[in-house]
Parts: sequence; structure tokens; C-alpha cells
Amino acid sequence: MTVVKPALRYSAEHEWLNDEDPVRIGITDYAADQLGDVVFAELPEVGDTVTAGEVCGELESTKSVSELYSPVTGTIVESNEDVIQNPERINEDPYGAGWLFTVEVSEEGPLLTPEEYAEQTEGTVE
Amino acid sequence: MTLKTTALFEAHDALGASFTDFNGWNMPLKYSSEITEHKAVREAVGIFDLSHMGEIFVTGADAVKGLNTALAGDFSKMTIGRAKYTVMLTEQGTILDDLIVYRLGEDRYLLVPNAGNAEAVAEAVTERLAGLDATIDDATDRLSLLGIQGPQAQDVVAALGAEFAEAASSLKNYRVTQLTVDGSEWIVARTGYTGEDGFEIITPNDQVNHLWNRIFAADTGVEVTACGLASRDSLRLEAGMPLYGNELSRERTPFEAGMGRIVSFDKPENFVGRAALEPHRETAPAQVLVGLTSDQRRAGRSGATIVLDGQTIGVVTSGIPSPTMSQPVALGYIDAEHAAVDTAVDVEIRGKALPFVITKPPFYTR
Repeated sequence: MTVVKPALRYSAEHEWLNDEDPVRIGITDYAADQLGDVVFAELPEVGDTVTAGEVCGELESTKSVSELYSPVTGTIVESNEDVIQNPERINEDPYGAGWLFTVEVSEEGPLLTPEEYAEQTEGTVE
Repeated sequence: MTLKTTALFEAHDALGASFTDFNGWNMPLKYSSEITEHKAVREAVGIFDLSHMGEIFVTGADAVKGLNTALAGDFSKMTIGRAKYTVMLTEQGTILDDLIVYRLGEDRYLLVPNAGNAEAVAEAVTERLAGLDATIDDATDRLSLLGIQGPQAQDVVAALGAEFAEAASSLKNYRVTQLTVDGSEWIVARTGYTGEDGFEIITPNDQVNHLWNRIFAADTGVEVTACGLASRDSLRLEAGMPLYGNELSRERTPFEAGMGRIVSFDKPENFVGRAALEPHRETAPAQVLVGLTSDQRRAGRSGATIVLDGQTIGVVTSGIPSPTMSQPVALGYIDAEHAAVDTAVDVEIRGKALPFVITKPPFYTR
């Protein structure tokens, strides 16, 4: 059973985002578990424009590789350098130290509540 | 279809395993982190439930003659207590399975085929030994198999009791012995699929939970890590060992797979596949199996195309970011004229041609 945090919102592609400005984005516990141990994170760079629902990077584990989708449209303010150097942060702490990037949002894509996302992934909100 | 489970399913579930369908078996993929499991085997010791693999006993005066007919290797010179890696071929000379044959007694042999091929191997052995003085007993559903792998595997096996300590210290690589435990016959072999030292222990199903618990409880000062199939795959790939379904298949011959040396044309038996392969003994195959490594970070995965100057010259059959070497490693088939070590090629990864170099496996040696 994977964890869904109550104070966040979620995309169907398994990203979470918080309510700060700029908004902070990462992948969910469920996504990290499915992907396995991440060994390579390619993240968008500061100043890049990302578009909701479009690919903006990739995460590679020993098992597989997964494209990273942006849940919002906007401009990248910061990329998590610590995660680029130490991709294991994503598995260790997906909602904390394993965050991926922050965005100055111009438009949000379709988002889910914690309850809706938990239902989709059979997770627990805690 | 209902997935088969091993006698250790509840033990895996209690450890929090994620399960995967592997050839019809619901097997542990990983318990927590596949990289931690991988490193445990490289640096200490890991334990694998391999009870999905087949166990087929061949017993009788004609057992050797039968195996020499059914399989590609020559078993006439194998002494009691030895193990041998071999392949079973189709009439077309392609690979039906790769397996280990253990000689347990004067006329008694054990075959351990891959899970996905166990039935086909049992059927083929039965058919190919028909009329000979040999009994075939497919014990796959009665027996369990544990792999205990890593530099400290010997300490862990030795801690299981006096008879195990004796076996652990006296068994050399690719040797096998039998022990009587609580009135049942157990088989202990120094074999594995990880590139490390290690043992494989075969027990009746009703004794394997006890063994599993004893291994974790053994007072050796060594932490034992339960390992799933994800780390088993990354370990074998670093060690350059082929996997049936990826490198080996009914589409490939042992010559293409670089296994010509384990096909015995010197034995007198007209083994299955001989007629198809013999004419090609001296001819180089069109494609051969090679290793590939890269200095960039993206791994070429199974199915990725290998190109040279824009021309397709091969295909990746297995590929991962290597946990031990921290670089991508892969196995693949490539046109023989481009197979020389150090040849620079490209692998197409998500629309990009990325540089790889042909190498000779293994990528990792202990």
C-alpha cells in the first residue's frame, strides 16, 4: 500500500504538486515504487517552458525508464540538483527531499484530490 | 490463468515483497530496493527463492546415453558430484532451453531447467529417452530451490549445521552433494547465476520454510538479504550470463550465442540438433552475441536497435544501468562483421542514437 499525502494535489501521470508559489512538483510514492530504484533523473532546466500533460524529462531505474510529465504549464524556477546528483532521493523520500522541480505556473492541467488519487492507485491518504 | 506460487509465498508476503508474473509463477520481484538487494549479493550474501525452476531426475543404466542424446553436452566423462551447464536443442539446432545437469550417483542425474521451459524439457527428455533403461521423474512440484549467493555465502551455509559446514567447505565450484536432513534427501550445489560464489539448496516443499527461517536466524554476524528477480536479473547481466527468452531462444543457435564449445560433436550419440548444426561447425554465424557498454548514462533496453552509420546491424537483448559499474551494460546480437571488440556503434534509445562500444562479457568479475 503506497502513501498519498493529504495536503497535495495529483496528476493522473503520478506527479504531486503543492500549493506554494512557485509550485513544487515531484512523483508520488506509488510512481517511485512502480519505477524501482531511480539511477538517472533528467529534469527540465531553469528557464525551460513546460506544458501540462507533456513530457519534460525522464527517470530511469535498473528495471525500466519512465517519461516525466509536467502537471502544469509554466516556466521552471528551480530543478532539484540534489536529486540529479543522488537520484535515490526519489525513492527514499518522494514527497520531501526527492522533489523534482518548481514552476511559475501559467495554467494547471487536470488535477486530482488526494482521495481521488488514492482511489486510482489503491493507496492510503496519510 | 491462476499464477502458481512457491511454498515460500507467505514468507515473501510477510517481508513486503512486490510480486511479478514470471513464466506463470507469482514470484518476488523485490522486497524493498532492488539495488540494495543487488549490492547485498556483491558485498555480503543474498537469498533467492528459485522454487519456480524445474527439477527433473533421470535415473537408470541408460541415463548417460539418454542425456547424451537429449542434450548438447557430453556427460560420459562427468564424474559423480559434478555439475555441468548445457543446452537442449531443437531438431533445427536452435536452443530449447539452457540448463544445469548434476550427476548425483552412478546412474542418477538431476536436470534443472528454466521455469518457463520446465514442462517442455520434461516432455522432450521423456520423448528423447523413450525405449531406454531410464526413469524420468519431474519433481518440480514437489521440490523447492533456494539460492544463497555472495562472498559470505559459505559462512551462512556452514552455520546451518555440521553436515552443511562440511559441504560448504569441501564443495568446489560446480560440484554437488546430497545430505539427509530430517529423513529427507537434500541437494546442495555450489552453483548460481549471479557472478558471485554461492550455493543452491534443493529441499522438499514442506521443509523449505524451515530452511528459509534458519538462514535468516543463522548466527554468523552476516546480514542476509532476501533478493527478488529484479536483482537476479541485474546480477546475471553484469556477470554476462544469458537469460532464456532474451539472449537464448528457439530463434537462436548455440553458435550465435557464443556457446559452440558446449556442443559436443565428439560424442558418438546422434543428439537432437546435431544434424542441423554439424554442417555449420566451420562457418561463422551471421550474427553473434556481444556485450555493449557506454560512457553516457542512458541504458539500451531489450529491443533497442544497434546501428552503424545509419544501418541497422543488431538488436539489444538485455540492458540495464549497471548498479556495480555505474554505467549502462547490455547484451545483444550483432552482424558478425561488426562484432569486433572496441567497435564503436550507436544504440537507438527513445529516438536518439547514443554511443556504445562492443565489449566481451562479463562486465563484472569477482
